Amino acid sequence: MIFPFEIPLLLLLLVTAAGAILVKDLMSSVLLLGTYSFFLSLIWAWFGAVDVAFVEAVVGAGLGTVLFLLTLFGTAPKDTRLRRPPPSLVTLIVFPLLGVLMLYAASDLPGFGDPNSPASTHISPTYIERSYQDTHTPNVVTSVLMDYRSLDTMVETVVIFTAGIACALLLRRESK
Amino acid sequence: MVDAIGSIFQRPNFLTFVIIFLWGFYIMVTRYNLVKKLIGMYLVQTSVIFFLVSISAKRGATVPVLLSTTETVQAVNYVNPLPHVMTLTAIVVGVATTGVGLALCAAIYRKYGSLDEQEILEKLE
Repeated sequence: MIFPFEIPLLLLLLVTAAGAILVKDLMSSVLLLGTYSFFLSLIWAWFGAVDVAFVEAVVGAGLGTVLFLLTLFGTAPKDTRLRRPPPSLVTLIVFPLLGVLMLYAASDLPGFGDPNSPASTHISPTYIERSYQDTHTPNVVTSVLMDYRSLDTMVETVVIFTAGIACALLLRRESK
Repeated sequence: MVDAIGSIFQRPNFLTFVIIFLWGFYIMVTRYNLVKKLIGMYLVQTSVIFFLVSISAKRGATVPVLLSTTETVQAVNYVNPLPHVMTLTAIVVGVATTGVGLALCAAIYRKYGSLDEQEILEKLE
C-alpha cells in the first residue's frame, strides 16, 4: 500500500490553523497564519497545482503576513480581552448543525483524486487537448489565464487597483 | 451510518475544508478583537480555495504543463487546470480585500484607540 502523503500535510495544516486561532498573542497568531499559508502552498504543489502554490507562497504567505504585521505594528499587538463571555446559545446550535449538514453531503461528492469526477470530464479535457494548437503555450494554466480569459484577468487588476486606492484613502494623514 | 462516516474519511480534503471553514467562521462571529476576526476571514477564504483546488486533483496525473508539444495530448495525464485559473484570481483578490480590512482596522485604531469591538461601541455612544 502506498503511504498517502497528503494525510500528514493536512494534519500540519489543521495544527497551524488551530494555532493561529487559539494563540492569545496576535503577533504569534499572525506568524502562525504565515506558516499555515506555506503548508497550504505545499499541499497545492502536491496536488499538482504548481501555479496556485507559487501565488499562495508569494501573495498569501508573503504579502498577506506583511500586511497583518504592518497593521499590528501600528496598533495594539495583544488581544486585550483575555476572559470572554461564553458564546450565545444560537451559535452553539447553528455551527454544529452546519457541520453535520456539510459532512452529510460528503457522500454525494466525487472521491478525492477521482479521474472520472464531473469536474474532470466535461469541459476541461478540451482545454488541455486544444490549448497548444490555439495559443502555442505549453503551460495550460497560463494559456487559459492570459488567452482564453484575458479580459477576466484584466478586470482583476482593476479590482486590485481599487483596493489599493481604498487603502491609500483610509491611511492618509489628515492634512491641515 | 457507517457508510456515511466511511465516505467522509475517503475524502480527507473535504473534512479538512469543513473543519477550517466552520472554525474560521466561528472565530469571525464570537471573537471581539477586529484583527482576530480578519484572521478568521482569511482562514475561511483559503479553506474554500483549498477545496476548489483539491477537486482538480486526479490520481496518477501530473502538473498541467504539456510534456511534449508534438504528440497528441491525453487529458487523463494532466490535472484539471480550470480550478487553478479561477483560484489564482481568488487568492489575489482575497489578499487585496484583507488588506482593505486591515487598513480599516488601522483607521479605527487611530480614531478610537482600541481594536476591541465592545470598547469601540461604548465610545461610539
